[in-house]
Amino acid sequence: MIARILAGESQLFHALIRPLERPVFVMLFMLLRNESDAEDAAQETFIKVYRNLHTFRGDAKFSTWVLSIARNEGLGVLRKRSTRPEEPLEHLFEVGGETEQGDFTPALLTDWREVPLEALERKELRESLCRAILNLSPIYRDVVQLRDIDEMDVQETAELLGISQGSVKVRLHRARTMLQKELVTVLKEYATPAGSQGWRRLFGRRA
Amino acid sequence: MKIDCKHVWGHISAYIDGDVDASLRVEIDRHLEHCEICSAVMDSTRNVVVLIADDRVFEIPAGFSERLHSRLDAVLQESSASS
Repeated sequence: MIARILAGESQLFHALIRPLERPVFVMLFMLLRNESDAEDAAQETFIKVYRNLHTFRGDAKFSTWVLSIARNEGLGVLRKRSTRPEEPLEHLFEVGGETEQGDFTPALLTDWREVPLEALERKELRESLCRAILNLSPIYRDVVQLRDIDEMDVQETAELLGISQGSVKVRLHRARTMLQKELVTVLKEYATPAGSQGWRRLFGRRA
Repeated sequence: MKIDCKHVWGHISAYIDGDVDASLRVEIDRHLEHCEICSAVMDSTRNVVVLIADDRVFEIPAGFSERLHSRLDAVLQESSASS
């Protein structure tokens, strides 16, 4: 499809990027924490993708290439924001991470009743999940977004973030542990009543 | 090899992703059979991973796609006019 677009069938570009609208928006929203800024940056991203389509070589997957453009776009917006005294740059450009000290022990429980996907109809639950992810430090938020939300594989995630596959796994493990710790108390309120068979649905789906 | 709880916690994420080797998986499964704490930690972590992957957690603003494609149309037309 890319070859046809470059050959002049530019309208095909709409179809090409449709599957990437959501991952690009979510990536930018997680970086910028503001819907309007994320939407503007998403538009700029796709315009850049179109204008630079001839440079796409196919070394990486198209989706990885587009997300890396989105990420650069978002980081650019953050850099501009950081020059404004009223909006100091949060610790967004921190490096390393694997040596970071922290408590990566999960919350300990003696039983767990599944919170089914249907519970996501409740806005408070969606907000709690969203908040917990946004509250992760950037190095952990990035891997959660790419691996668990966008469902990219370890290699693609490592390429996009410019880190090793081992680092992706370590960060994802820590991030999931932190989310479990943060969320179990909240999630208990949405659990399936005891005796329900909801767990079958959960374990029927492989993470 | 017999593994303890801390060892299991260190492999939860890899276990969920199916990224532990067969012998370790057997050990973890054996541990989970008799350890209610690790079973609950594993189940709750897996539950969190399933929930956050759902599209409803991060909502796209209404009209996002329409505005995007309308802007792209302008760019596409501009570039085809100039070529």
